[in-house]
Amino acid sequence: MTEAHIQNFNLNFGPQHPSAHGVLRLVLEMDGEVIDRADPHVGLLHRGTEKLIESKTYLQAVPYFDRLDYVAPQNQEHAFALATEKLLGIQAPPRGQSIRVVYAEIGRCLNHIFTTCAFAMDVGAMTPMLWGFEERELLMEFCERVSGARMHMGYFRPGGVAFDMPDGLAEDIYKWAEHFPTFIDDCESLLTENRIFKQRTVDIGAITADQALDWGFTGPNLRAAGVPWDLRKAQPYDGYEQLDFDIPVGKHGDCYDRYLIRIAEMRECTKIIKQCLDQMPDGAVKSDNFKISPPPRGEMKRSMEALIHHFKLYTEGYHVPAGDTYTAVEAPKGEFAVYLVSDGTNKPYRCKIRPPGFAHLQALELLSKGHMLADVVANIGSLDIVFGEIDR
Amino acid sequence: MAEFFTSFGFWGQAVWIVIKILVIVAPLLTAVAYLTYAERKVLSAMHLRRGPNVVGPFGLLQPIADGLKLFLKETVIPSGANRAVFILAPCVTFILALIAWAVIPFGPGLVLADINVGILYLFAISSLGVYGILMAGWASNSRYAFLGALRSAAQMVSYEVSMGFIIITVLLFAGSLNLTDIVMAQKNIWFVFPLLPMAVIFFVSTLAETNRHPFDLAEAEAELVAGFNVEYSAMTFALFFLGEYANMILMSAMTTILFLGGWLPPADVALFTWIPGPVWFAFKVAAVLFVFIWVRGTFPRYRYDQLMRLGWKVFLPLSLASVAIVGGLVAYGLSPVAG
Repeated sequence: MTEAHIQNFNLNFGPQHPSAHGVLRLVLEMDGEVIDRADPHVGLLHRGTEKLIESKTYLQAVPYFDRLDYVAPQNQEHAFALATEKLLGIQAPPRGQSIRVVYAEIGRCLNHIFTTCAFAMDVGAMTPMLWGFEERELLMEFCERVSGARMHMGYFRPGGVAFDMPDGLAEDIYKWAEHFPTFIDDCESLLTENRIFKQRTVDIGAITADQALDWGFTGPNLRAAGVPWDLRKAQPYDGYEQLDFDIPVGKHGDCYDRYLIRIAEMRECTKIIKQCLDQMPDGAVKSDNFKISPPPRGEMKRSMEALIHHFKLYTEGYHVPAGDTYTAVEAPKGEFAVYLVSDGTNKPYRCKIRPPGFAHLQALELLSKGHMLADVVANIGSLDIVFGEIDR
Repeated sequence: MAEFFTSFGFWGQAVWIVIKILVIVAPLLTAVAYLTYAERKVLSAMHLRRGPNVVGPFGLLQPIADGLKLFLKETVIPSGANRAVFILAPCVTFILALIAWAVIPFGPGLVLADINVGILYLFAISSLGVYGILMAGWASNSRYAFLGALRSAAQMVSYEVSMGFIIITVLLFAGSLNLTDIVMAQKNIWFVFPLLPMAVIFFVSTLAETNRHPFDLAEAEAELVAGFNVEYSAMTFALFFLGEYANMILMSAMTTILFLGGWLPPADVALFTWIPGPVWFAFKVAAVLFVFIWVRGTFPRYRYDQLMRLGWKVFLPLSLASVAIVGGLVAYGLSPVAG
């Protein structure tokens, strides 16, 4: 009898796959149902964002950041606004900072609702997803009321935020923050103690703290592995240092811990939002330097100088002093950073974007090796992959 | 009327049988259509959404519109597929889902074929169901479909073993393989009460047997896209779909007959006995079907190896033990069935 030649089975997972979270192409080498090799391919959603930003003024670059991680757009804007402010040597006024924190946390909730619910859907529970989108709708309404856009807000600008909050919005957000934990409880009642859910997630895709650091993990995925690292605490920005909140930290670094961390973070978000709204200072929401932020419209009708400022801002933009900065924020997915190089003109010389998802995606092979096909899906879901930011 | 037809000899008898079959199949197919509607409505209520509500009043014409759409679409056969087997597979699934109904008693005497080994026939037919899926997975010549078919074959085989043992416990009490006799044996007490753990295991096994949530690994959309039916379109897909739902109803009917007293009313009270037996039967089947849908709205999906572990390491020992226990009870005359 001749020796049988056993060939492993290659499975092309994606890019048109319901669990590929966008356009992930994963080439799986499988031994039956067991994964031998998982090779993620990136680049199918590459839009050349970084290069495009080089030919736009600083203000025009803001909308590109919305379209990176489209699940939580405002957090990306936040990084760019902070980076530009650093180069300009200005700071947003306290009220502007506070509004930014409220909306950054709303973005975190938007993201974590989506991620936990989509993760649940990946392991087969479809109800949380539909409940979650009901809740996301409320949040998007808040975004719309403040900026006019449900998703791609374009609201965090260098120097503050675009507009002040309209009357009544703060109260509505506060009310939402009060009731939101009941939604989290409902979701948890379907998932957290569910035996099947635990069987599907506990000890699946486990990563140790050292490995997580080696692979460049950040955000909830790193914290799930037991490393208490959160930029909001480690290098606070926009007044996070004055807020009282906890950083949930996991132990095992498996899918279940990653899920629990996100659930716990949503609860912390409501605490932060409530504190911000309670202590919201009065005053301007954007820099009063009219060379950087546009003057009030009424002023333009009366003052020649304001008109000139407006004209210059919306044609040429502002010039940013030469220099470079690496500015990071704690985006919902992890450390989202912008490396901005200015050559003193009105356009960035280079704008390197550091998306957290890229580092997470490359660990997929490490997490999935030896697991079964269904676990790859759970891993992708729990890593929180969004291709807008990975491919840029 | 039966005498009228049988008086025409063989052909008359054949016509009579065809009429009887149509009387079963036509309501069954309507029930299948409206089961899809019920599933969508119940699920949407759980999901805080509305479900179908545009086509007809309350969306009641939606299943018909869906059926019409599938009927009018083009049947795409992949170039790499084995054409004959590819087309045969959905037919097998659908036909098997229908012919099992021949032995289901809807009421006293209301059965197409009141054979002595009804339960064995039912069991045999439902076991054959795996062939439709295997053939579809193999003939599609697609890796996703193939994996789905492999999973489903393993799954259906493993759950049938424990289902068989549980049926034996019922048979020990009822003392007959005839479905009508099994129902009549539950006159005093439905088997779900003395055999509650077995009834639960049986129901869970039927979930696995019909490839329903949380055991829908064969078509797990999160992993295998749609599993064995990924390459199917139009009517070929519709036959799989109808077959799956007809199987759900069949399995609910089986649960009703074995554990919930078939067409018997819950108690021998005047108010209950006024309602005809088939209506009770339909009520009970609908209640079991609701649980099918409820489970789908609530649970995540098992992983392949966990499903096998549950089948072989939990259900099989339990059902084996139950055969011994129930056998002991019957041997010592402790059966709840008089006589």
